[in-house]
Amino acid sequence: MPQDHYPVLLALGLALALGVVMLMLSALMSRRMGGRVSLDTYESGEPLLDRSHKRISVLFFLIAIDFVVFDVEAAFLYPWALVIREGGWPLFWAMMVFVGLILVGFAYIWKKGGLDLRPERQKRSLRG
Amino acid sequence: MSFELLATLAKTGLWMALLLQVTPIMVWVERRGSAMIQDRLGPNRVGPLGLFQALADAVKFMCKEDITPAEADKFLHRLAPLLALVPALTTFVVIPFGPDVTAFGRQVPLVVAGAETGVLLLLALASLGVYSLVMAGYSSNNKYSLLGAIRASAQMISYELALTLAVVAVLLPVGSFELSEVVRYQQGQFLGWIPKWNALPQFVGFLVFVVAAFAETNRLPFDLPEAESELVAGYHTEYSSMKFALFFMGEYMGMATLSCLAATLYLGGWHLPFLSYSGPWWWVAAQGMGVLVGKATLFLLFFVWVRWTFPRFRFDQLMRLGWKVLLPLAVLNLIAVAALTVGGVL
Repeated sequence: MPQDHYPVLLALGLALALGVVMLMLSALMSRRMGGRVSLDTYESGEPLLDRSHKRISVLFFLIAIDFVVFDVEAAFLYPWALVIREGGWPLFWAMMVFVGLILVGFAYIWKKGGLDLRPERQKRSLRG
Repeated sequence: MSFELLATLAKTGLWMALLLQVTPIMVWVERRGSAMIQDRLGPNRVGPLGLFQALADAVKFMCKEDITPAEADKFLHRLAPLLALVPALTTFVVIPFGPDVTAFGRQVPLVVAGAETGVLLLLALASLGVYSLVMAGYSSNNKYSLLGAIRASAQMISYELALTLAVVAVLLPVGSFELSEVVRYQQGQFLGWIPKWNALPQFVGFLVFVVAAFAETNRLPFDLPEAESELVAGYHTEYSSMKFALFFMGEYMGMATLSCLAATLYLGGWHLPFLSYSGPWWWVAAQGMGVLVGKATLFLLFFVWVRWTFPRFRFDQLMRLGWKVLLPLAVLNLIAVAALTVGGVL
């Protein structure tokens, strides 16, 4: 019911207000030294060595895709958890078929090295 | 103002007051605890036993110069710390800290939002945290920040799966998303004296949950996003002053709410078998909150103990643990619990 969720909105609002107040207090109290150098991008005191937004390993993309696949599975499990007592064994086996299919996909990704973040092995297994 | 609104405000205020205390207390426990473990003294100059060190830190955070790098995306850079604080300071809403009580002639549930969507709401709010990390890393325009943010998001989404599956297994025998129901289910005893806590029949799920909780909160041994030796400070390298403090507070509050959640899901929540929970409403509430905080404190101390005992994982090891160990374990636990539930054992 929607009215059960108003407290969540209230808490969100309070938390946001608290954060803003803390930031404003700090803005009022903090000293400003300024200077161009302190605004530079951090590089351990060295001149900047390279750009920040460079290419990112494709392995992270694979992890993200894996996550999407399995998170959908988890989302289906939630309504199932609510009714399993009434549903009994037929409902249990129905979900096991679904979980089984997902696990086949999981085994495939595992075998292909999609869960391996070590680059050399990843390259080898993807090529083969 | 209606009575319900006042009651909600009072409960929210109580939780927020407690959560805001978590950071200074935990910082003190962490620093003194690490000193004890490493056989040194730790901060002991400010106040008795160094207790006021955290206060001094807070004042210093407030007064420090707040730097937004010239290269940064100004808007996102300012928004990210707020987004780190808000979910961490909001997830408590669905965690119950006592039974329904009668106060001033009205029925008051001792939970801020007794919504039927309970656990779903909690997971949704908790997973908002990753946005702030990505935003901070991206907007800082610094390679250390960006790498930290990418690692953080990869790690959090990987372990979120195991965490979610472990939580589903807890909900199976209960048949409800409401955490109050989860606590009610755990009342009673096995063999007349062992509390009927989920941690016993679902110890595999409990293990998965605790390990995933470490990864979700970016704590050592899984603190790859801010691995100091390689990434300076990870996603908050370019943050200073109060903005840095907000990330810090968000992290500790996230730990505290996850500890409360672990206590609620696996250790009976606010309920302790041999307490009666009778008397005036404020006494019942104090007992419930005391028990919940006590159980959560055990988890928090465990977090600190582990941090100063284990070395850091390597990133590919971390991912391997999440995907190849925890996820299969969580699925097996889920299937076993489902079978036991349908079979009438749980």
